Amino acid sequence: MANIMVRKSADGGLSFYLPKRDIEDSITSIEFDTPEKWGGEIRLGNGGVYYIDPIPAPRLPISVRARRVDGVE
Amino acid sequence: MSELTREQAQALIEEVLEVYPEKAKKDRAKHLMVNDKTIEQSKKCITSNRKSVPGVMTQRGCAYAGSKGVVWGPIKDIIDISHGPVGCGAYSRGGRRNYFSGTSGVDSFCDINFTSDFQEKDIVFGGDKKLAKLIDELEGLFPLSKGISVQSECPVGLIGDDIEAVSKKKAAEIGKVIVPVRCEGFRGVSQSLGHHIANDAVRDWIISNRDDKAFEGTPYDVAILGDYNIGGDAWASRILLEEMGLRVVAQWSGDGTLTEMENTPKVKLNLLHCYRSMNYIARHMEEKYNIPWLEYNFFGPTKIKESLREIASHFDEKIQEGAERVIAKYTPAMDAIIAKFKPRLQGKKVMLYVGGLRPRHTVGAYEDLGMEVIGAGYEFAHNDDYDRTMKEMKDATLIYDDVTGYEFEEFVRQLKPDLIGSGIKEKYAFHKMGVPFRQLHSWDYSGPYHGFDGFAIFARDMDMTVNNPCWGMLKAPWLKDDAEGELKAA
Repeated sequence: MANIMVRKSADGGLSFYLPKRDIEDSITSIEFDTPEKWGGEIRLGNGGVYYIDPIPAPRLPISVRARRVDGVE
Repeated sequence: MSELTREQAQALIEEVLEVYPEKAKKDRAKHLMVNDKTIEQSKKCITSNRKSVPGVMTQRGCAYAGSKGVVWGPIKDIIDISHGPVGCGAYSRGGRRNYFSGTSGVDSFCDINFTSDFQEKDIVFGGDKKLAKLIDELEGLFPLSKGISVQSECPVGLIGDDIEAVSKKKAAEIGKVIVPVRCEGFRGVSQSLGHHIANDAVRDWIISNRDDKAFEGTPYDVAILGDYNIGGDAWASRILLEEMGLRVVAQWSGDGTLTEMENTPKVKLNLLHCYRSMNYIARHMEEKYNIPWLEYNFFGPTKIKESLREIASHFDEKIQEGAERVIAKYTPAMDAIIAKFKPRLQGKKVMLYVGGLRPRHTVGAYEDLGMEVIGAGYEFAHNDDYDRTMKEMKDATLIYDDVTGYEFEEFVRQLKPDLIGSGIKEKYAFHKMGVPFRQLHSWDYSGPYHGFDGFAIFARDMDMTVNNPCWGMLKAPWLKDDAEGELKAA
């Protein structure tokens, strides 16, 4: 489990930030993105995959616990 | 030397790496690349923020340098205790020329070295008692300080002193903020982790101190983050922002104060100059206080104009008008400077190797002067910095991460740049090679370089260095192979 931060990037997409290791990347896809349910599996630009327990859509940026499903680096 | 093609640049890297043993070669090859603008993500072609190879000469600093020297040091009314042996504090005292307004030793403490001067007995029996005594002494001698930070040096972490407990106890006693910062030098691979630790300490101990206190805000409040006022940089930036109608609430951390930092969560927009050293706190404020942040670049008129307009776009028409007014006011002066210096500097080639933001931020300023950056690299950048750098740099230019002394010298020998911008550790090596050099960490004892006023000084300094007649006199007369040299030798 890792603490990550998800924020809206300037181009309108989502970006991923892992403070512990200072890794910043774009989020290419997110499993659930509706007002009631947000989270699930997120895919990163570098090929990594993380899983966030779904929650109601939060105000971004938000720090959440995430599980690494398939990490590149 | 004429411009390199991609293949030539790649061949140059291979050639330079040739001398290393197999393992080091493999490792170093990952840190050197030829810029390719088509690649979006730098991690595909460059590795950064990794431990330096043992045995090579690296120019990196340590976590303590990042925390005490960069982030905490310039805050003027906080006393930074270098907790540990005396050397670390002595060598990081005021070398960066973070200017401040105030009376040194009375209400400002940037250029004084406070240290607990560890001796053997402190290592054996622990230094907590000494720290407590030191804080009492400081309180007696410098009652006007607003707070104290305890910057740990390596031994403190190694022997496991509890500086948090001492800080807490003493803070209650003297009624001031005392921040323990766990920035032991051995943490991380470079000063970069020190920036992170320092930001986290600010987050934990300072940022929320005035959350419930009233603050008379305006809709135009901003804070300058990541400007360390080197040679007066932050002042040169601040006047532009104020001229366009914004109110600068805080400067982080050059010429900044504790109160300014505590008031920062009340601003409307955080302006981030040095991304590498302050993005952490900007991210935190965005999450907790909903304050957006924006990276800007105040080097060279082209980038300043872009940045001013971008900053203004976050506010109403009044500020946007203000930005245009400021730009219109300074444009004639900037045109005059470019008209004066561009003919003297046109086509000169520059190689940069600095830290933080300069290898990418100054590219625009050099281009305004007609100069061309043919190589850039960082001591301690991460991949997000290289993502940004690749966009600024031309295709087929060299990008080098944590370059070693040998590699850098070899690149310079082959590429023959007209100017190198790097740090004090490289300065004299290149002077001896007869290459014009500017020390870009502290602006070579000049500055400011930020803002329109700074660009005037920047242009003058670059001209002064590149066109200095001394570079032609470095070869001994008897070594000159031209007719003139022979004549003198005879």
